[in-house]
Amino acid sequence: MNSENTFIIDGMPIPFEPDQTVLQAALKAGVFIPHLCFYPGLRPNGNCKLCTVIINGRHTSACTALARSGIEVENNTPVLDDKRRLLLQMLFVEGNHFCPSCEKSGNCQLQALAYDLEMMTPHFNHFFPSRKVDTSHPEAFLDLNRCVNCGLCVQASREVDKKNIFALSGRGRASHIVINTPSGKLGDSDFALSDKAASVCPVGAILPKRGSFAVPIGQRIYDKLPISSQTEFLMTRKT
Amino acid sequence: MLSLQETPERKLRVATVSLAGCFGCHMSFLDMDENLLDLFELVKFDRSPLTDIKHCGSCDIGFIEGGVCNSENVHVLREFRNNCRTLIAVGACAVNGGLPALRNQLDVREVLREVYFEQPGVVSSTIPNDIELPLLLDKARPINEVVRVDYFIPGCPPSGDAIFKFLTDFIYGRTPRLDYPLIRFD
Repeated sequence: MNSENTFIIDGMPIPFEPDQTVLQAALKAGVFIPHLCFYPGLRPNGNCKLCTVIINGRHTSACTALARSGIEVENNTPVLDDKRRLLLQMLFVEGNHFCPSCEKSGNCQLQALAYDLEMMTPHFNHFFPSRKVDTSHPEAFLDLNRCVNCGLCVQASREVDKKNIFALSGRGRASHIVINTPSGKLGDSDFALSDKAASVCPVGAILPKRGSFAVPIGQRIYDKLPISSQTEFLMTRKT
Repeated sequence: MLSLQETPERKLRVATVSLAGCFGCHMSFLDMDENLLDLFELVKFDRSPLTDIKHCGSCDIGFIEGGVCNSENVHVLREFRNNCRTLIAVGACAVNGGLPALRNQLDVREVLREVYFEQPGVVSSTIPNDIELPLLLDKARPINEVVRVDYFIPGCPPSGDAIFKFLTDFIYGRTPRLDYPLIRFD
């Protein structure tokens, strides 16, 4: 191993290629760093902050930090996991995340991270916000109750599908996904199930209609194995 | 497994209740099969649907299923908090409001009007308001938004194994901790 192209995560040497981020290199090497808004093939945007690590003493998003020779990264520490759990708890109380009634349960990255970080309670007072469910599209529905504003659909639609269907609107607590049509309805856009934007949602906000229970609950991606041991899957996801 | 452990000096008193829940967590509790026999060596029950005792005495563990959706739930929950050294929220409804909290986006007056006036085939001229009926809260809430809660077991319902693991950890003085397959939100 060429020590020129390695850095250290929690005392372990990690090889990297030029232009790789810390998160990409770590996942490739089988080291898990919790994340929600990173998707292989899409430009990292540093939205969710779950991948926060400490690089040479400074808190940084691992998804946007370029890997450099010799940097020392703290990742799997109780202090960082506490902070990540806190972020998860805030995401859970900010939306309406009712896993027992969600089709995505078991395939949901938010839920999988909560399992992995042993988040036993959302802890904070729930907002119980009033958000819309858009069922106007014949093939997919959009349930903003479950949206965590990660921005992946916005990015995928803009940069891969070249359709520019989704956008984030508003600020702070009021920020939310909007649809770029005069009616604001997904059904009036040229959104299709074959779009990249249809498959990148880490939670159950954009889901295909029908067939959601083709794989029964209990046999899904994160039902058997923790997300932290599925780095290869996370790095090779295409759809 | 239990025979290897040092048996606690006395049986712990446990009270259980279902607030705004479906009794699914109690069913799951009973579903721990032969582990129930081991557990009964370690605990005895105070107020619980299993004993039909109506009020909670001084207890070691309060096992709360369900969230808080009406005034009676608040009274019962406070009675448990005042009498139980340790309060455990069991199941999705107690932990995050669960399915009863799906009504939180709706106005309570509208819900009652819909149920008692608008449903086809329903013939009624009033919303029931007998003094004995508990008033609905504007929102169904998880129990930790009303009283302090010591531990949480998520799941809808948590499996019998999860409940057994958690309770025995607690009774033997270990930090209660669930293995990956036992932590479920659905």
